[in-house]
Amino acid sequence: MQESPKYWKGIEELENSPEFVKNALTEFADFLPVKETYGSSDESVAPRRDFLKLMGFGIAAATLASCQTPIKKAIPYLNKPEEVDPGIANFYASSYFNGTDYNSILVKTREGRPIKLEGNPGSPITGGGLSARAQASVLSLYDGGRLQHFTIKGQKAETARVDQEIRTKLAGATGRIAIVSPTIISPTTKKVIAEFAARYPNTEHVMYDANSSSALLRANGGVVPAYDFSKADVIVSLGADFLGTWLSPIEYARQYITNRKVSSDKRTMSRHFQFEPTMSLTGANADVRVAVKPSEMGAVAAALYNGIVGGGSSSFKNEQLNKAVAELKAHRGRSLVVSGSNDVAVQTVVTAINQALGNVGTTVDTDNPSFVRQGDDARFLRLVNDMNAGTVGAVIFYHANPAYNHPLADKVRSGIAKVPMSISLNDRLDETGSLCYYACPDHNFLESWNDYEPRRGALSLAQPTISPLFATRQAQDSLLKWAGNQQSYYNYLRANWRGVLGGNFQANWDKAVHDGVAVGSLTPAVQPQLGSTITIDQALSKIASAPKQTGIELSLYEKVGVGPGYGADANNPWLQELPDPVSKATWGNYLAVPRTMAVAAENKWEQGDVVRITTANGQSVELPILIQPGQAQGSVSVAIGYGREKAGRVGDKLGANVYPLAVAADNAISYVTSVTKIEKTGANSQIAQTQTHHTIMDRKPVVQEATLDEYAKNPKKVTEYDKVATPEGLEDPRKVSLWQDYEYKNHHWGMVIDLNSCIGCGSCVIGCQIENNVAVVGKQEVINRREMHWLRIDRYYSSDHHKDEFETEGKLATYRAMEDPSDNPSVIFQPMLCQHCNHAPCETVCPVLATTHSSEGLNQMTYNRCVGTRYCANNCPYKVRRFNWFSYYSNEKFETVNGHMFTDLGRMVLNPDVTVRARGVMEKCSFCVQRIQLAKLEAKKQKRRPKDGEVVTACAQSCPTQAIVFGDLLDPESQVHKITQREHGERGFHVIDSINTQSNITYLTKIRNTEESRNA
Amino acid sequence: MQHVSAVREPLVTGGKTYHDVTQDVCRQVEAKPNVRWMAALSVALFLFGVFLYSVYRTLWYGIGEWGLNKTVGWAWDITNFVWWVGIGHAGTLISAVLLLFRQKWRTSINRAAEAMTIFAVICAAMFPVLHMGRPWLAFWVLPFQNTFGSLWVNFNSPLLWDVFAISTYFSVSLVFWYTGLIPDFATIRDRAKGPIARRAYALLSFGWTGSAKHWSRYETVSLILAGVSTPLVLSVHTIVSMDFATSVVPGWHTTIFPPYFVAGAIFSGFAMVLTLMLITRVVFKLEDYITLEHIALMNKIMMITGSIVGVAYITEFFIAWYSQVEFEQYAFINRATGPYWWAYWSMMTCNVITPQLVWIRKVRYSIPLTFLLSIIVNIGMWFERFVIIVTSLHRDYLPSSWAMFSPTRIDVGIYLGTIGLFFTLFLLFAKFFPVINMAEVKSVLKYGVDNGPTYVGGHDHHAPVQHAATPGVPASAPVNYNKHD
Repeated sequence: MQESPKYWKGIEELENSPEFVKNALTEFADFLPVKETYGSSDESVAPRRDFLKLMGFGIAAATLASCQTPIKKAIPYLNKPEEVDPGIANFYASSYFNGTDYNSILVKTREGRPIKLEGNPGSPITGGGLSARAQASVLSLYDGGRLQHFTIKGQKAETARVDQEIRTKLAGATGRIAIVSPTIISPTTKKVIAEFAARYPNTEHVMYDANSSSALLRANGGVVPAYDFSKADVIVSLGADFLGTWLSPIEYARQYITNRKVSSDKRTMSRHFQFEPTMSLTGANADVRVAVKPSEMGAVAAALYNGIVGGGSSSFKNEQLNKAVAELKAHRGRSLVVSGSNDVAVQTVVTAINQALGNVGTTVDTDNPSFVRQGDDARFLRLVNDMNAGTVGAVIFYHANPAYNHPLADKVRSGIAKVPMSISLNDRLDETGSLCYYACPDHNFLESWNDYEPRRGALSLAQPTISPLFATRQAQDSLLKWAGNQQSYYNYLRANWRGVLGGNFQANWDKAVHDGVAVGSLTPAVQPQLGSTITIDQALSKIASAPKQTGIELSLYEKVGVGPGYGADANNPWLQELPDPVSKATWGNYLAVPRTMAVAAENKWEQGDVVRITTANGQSVELPILIQPGQAQGSVSVAIGYGREKAGRVGDKLGANVYPLAVAADNAISYVTSVTKIEKTGANSQIAQTQTHHTIMDRKPVVQEATLDEYAKNPKKVTEYDKVATPEGLEDPRKVSLWQDYEYKNHHWGMVIDLNSCIGCGSCVIGCQIENNVAVVGKQEVINRREMHWLRIDRYYSSDHHKDEFETEGKLATYRAMEDPSDNPSVIFQPMLCQHCNHAPCETVCPVLATTHSSEGLNQMTYNRCVGTRYCANNCPYKVRRFNWFSYYSNEKFETVNGHMFTDLGRMVLNPDVTVRARGVMEKCSFCVQRIQLAKLEAKKQKRRPKDGEVVTACAQSCPTQAIVFGDLLDPESQVHKITQREHGERGFHVIDSINTQSNITYLTKIRNTEESRNA
Repeated sequence: MQHVSAVREPLVTGGKTYHDVTQDVCRQVEAKPNVRWMAALSVALFLFGVFLYSVYRTLWYGIGEWGLNKTVGWAWDITNFVWWVGIGHAGTLISAVLLLFRQKWRTSINRAAEAMTIFAVICAAMFPVLHMGRPWLAFWVLPFQNTFGSLWVNFNSPLLWDVFAISTYFSVSLVFWYTGLIPDFATIRDRAKGPIARRAYALLSFGWTGSAKHWSRYETVSLILAGVSTPLVLSVHTIVSMDFATSVVPGWHTTIFPPYFVAGAIFSGFAMVLTLMLITRVVFKLEDYITLEHIALMNKIMMITGSIVGVAYITEFFIAWYSQVEFEQYAFINRATGPYWWAYWSMMTCNVITPQLVWIRKVRYSIPLTFLLSIIVNIGMWFERFVIIVTSLHRDYLPSSWAMFSPTRIDVGIYLGTIGLFFTLFLLFAKFFPVINMAEVKSVLKYGVDNGPTYVGGHDHHAPVQHAATPGVPASAPVNYNKHD
């Protein structure tokens, strides 16, 4: 018998009964019944049922365990950054300049990611406008083709090691050190370069522009004069595409349109003459356009000069030119002549014309010049020769890619091989970067601090809006480091700005960063760097003595979208798929030829035929033919910026590189050359155009235009309104309806599009694409006519044939003839998007009510509900609905072109407020309903109604000419209400009103300042 | 009972007895499949395989596999849909309308024609589902109680009307067809040798015993279903036509469409019935049941409906001119002279010009020519739908969006594939089901036997049968009704 314990855990232990002792060692009171059940004995209760239960559980468990949904982690902020609220966008002012056009921008960020760029309304240069190129540049931040770390001979290398080696080599460099860049308009960057040059005294900074304006600089004392198109009543442009690509197109477009807008308050507008070889965006907007061979451009300038100052003679005779002379003379001091030529003689004459007309001081400002072009062809040519001669010890390429975008790319390549040390600061291993020994990639501009001075006195700042994504370093920091200055570029920049901001620096600096712009200048008084100008007499005699060209001439031009192929633009699918404003071609370049040349018996070219074109300097390329109305007789044109080898997955192998066709002679690059041979190769390469029918077929209900005379005389007569026949006679179509009208009690959203203000630049197309996560579909799918743009710009050429020929020529023949554009047509642009009809044909036919009308007048698309019958698209008279033919975000066919929807990196650019649409659903313009909603909620929080201007659609926001106005039609104070009221019965019309769709978009008739009416 | 003129030609030639009818029809069902049938089925199955592959591509990658684009949102899909629905119409017309009009000659063709209707509707129904971007959500077009909230279908949409029209049409046709099959299944059941066949046909025949009550109900149901089906002949294609007619697309927005589509449907349906019958009668040796008289009658219907369609084509042009609406006028000018002129003129040639040859008696009674004509009409009617859909869409209001349509291999594959599906079903039907309605043919046979004069002349493999003279018709005045043999 055991002794009772002194300490016990319970009564049982104290009593220590035999049963307790027996069970004390086993933890569980009894065996689980399992063993019993599964014993071999037959009398087990229900082994089969239990077996099935267990098996069922096992299978279910195994199945559940195996089907795991992919886990996508959304990591919350542990420490929420100040100012960042999930779901709420922050805007930061910044600036865009990549060697082409300057834009002041607002960067929209969501949760720390830049997702969209918008125009900065506070900018004195660009207003709220933003070019398509600048808009699209946000995607380049997330471009997987960027170089993500430093490299030595293409191999990843430690930053410190690269710095070490570079500094050693720079210190020991024999011969000159060259920094090659495109135009730099950042005063502080220039200061950094100067400091670098001070550290390494034999340093030379050479700027060259891929689309050079050297001659313009030479003819104006080394600067680009600041032009003011808004003050000009007569504008004559000699091949300058100032609305599309020339110098500062957004700035010029804004000015230009100021004097082109008409209304009941102002029934006048400027008159615009354009003399040019190929139909440019600017030419398409001109009142009078004369197609001129490139070689005759000098003669045109001379003829203008002679006409204005009197005396002299020119070989160029043209009735329109005489009119231009007369108009210019009648508007001294209120006119402007510009030229896109890179011939010093022509530019000298143009400068002289402006002086003779007294335009200097009014429309031409040389005191506060523009800095957007500073490239000096001659200096770069010298450098190329020196590199080949072996006198250059080191060369640093800063955003410059001369191995691609220079006519002497071959010599550049051989030159780089001869330079002992080559460094690329480019953002990728492009054609030049891949040849360099070191690559020290620069930050994207959205990751960088910087400043810009596009025009003397107009400063602007760029601030980083995201931490650097990759192990890159801002180029200025690299240069400072190599120069031995350990200061960060940010501090350097601030220090440099102290002088201009003065006073309470921190407060002023904060304001400047907030506004993105500031007044003041950081650029020293201009030292004309370029060679001396020639005199006007020399220029005239040079033009007169130029040999007369008789053969075919080639002119090279820049595309509005891809541009000259700088930086990341070529690898930007949004830009590649942006239709050329005039030809509507995407994804590549082509040889623009006049119709007469194509149909000539010896040629018989069809559109898409691939030809081999050989120029006077022996270079040749193969390109498909595009028959371009307005192309000067005897001339052909090709866009630069294509045929890339190392731009990235998207940009490579698109079109042909025509830089070698440009002529680098006379210390300047000429983009005009003569053609020795164009021969068919027999191949055919279809051009991906988003529009393949080019004339309006005299459909007045679609798009309307009138002349200024007609408008001034009787504004009530310029627009034709459709009537429908009823038993009671002709009636306003709106009065005859099957449907009940909607009642709008709160808001009624509407839009006004002024066809007179729209220049067709395509900025809105890209703005819409970014805002709404619109997929890119690639060349083949554009050929298949399946581009997804919610907003497109329809472009119509005029035809020589009109309906009034029905009686004489017969209907069939006339309709057939009306399909052909004139050889030098007038052009009209019409932005086309969902019209948000109040009696929408799409809404009635959807079987599942996936597209419905909102209580605020919006035609809404419910993607989730859509089953994809496409009936709505068929029934849409405006053909603005876009169907998701494929999964553009997962089908491998689109991985290259729409790559940003495939990777985590690229997806950062997507607007989280807008769904990425699934395969098989219809999509279309929503009037940026997410923006409407946001503004309404903001107003609601403040217990007020949304004010006019608070809701701005992406297209309206980006429009440099304010052609698009959006707002609440019910708000009597709204712009859109006022314009529709004012223009009712004058210029306001709805597209195809006769089918009574009662659209919410009012278009305003285009007014041309021409003498003859093009109206049929 | 009805009176039929003594001089009217017999509907079944060859002096068939009741037993002959049973024998002739059941032979195919009971015998081993013949080589021609196997060959035909192989081709059909191959095409069906093409269909499955094309459908797989469509479902896996999306509608982008087709040739459609932003401007032309429907092309071969809806063309095929309307074409197949149209083809189906003849079956209903023959079985329902002709039944109501007591057209006894229909008895030997109605079974196959109804089967054709059902298979054609099955083929047609593929397209409204397949053409959807998200066909797995096709059930959303049905108005069902759901948990989506207040979501409902859009009763304004003609596509929804289509859903009702096609499903009603299919159900009624199926029931009608099946009801007719029951007595014949019972016959086969009673003759069946194998246990499987007996069991299967027993199931299919729903316990039919052939009692007077059964026959009475059979007749009643047939009449009721005929009454229900008759409006469907008009309504289904009327509603299909409203897909177009209620839209705003020039060339679609036309009030003439309902009658025009119905006539076109009957036209194409008869062409298809002829195509099938001409093959079946040869393959299964049914020349005595589907006689030249049948062919001639169907030819006449084809010619009449073809002419109606022709008038409709011309009327459209007249209305376009009369309306003075620019877009409407251009749509029709473009149709006839634009880039798709060849489609328009193919349609005109096939549908309006060639059927007029039927005015010539020789053509009407010629089997090869009729066969050729039936194929031409089917091609023409396919083009009619293509012309209406594609040439109207490809150039509508805004010239900026004008585009061309070109089909991909998948488009072609799906179309040929549905033909494969159709023939697979039809060949299986022809093998395992009685292709001729034995019961009803016997009823017309009886009439011929009782009232007809002594049969003279005959067919190669059937001995002429002498019948007792009917009172009132002298036995000594034999008439040879078989003059076309």
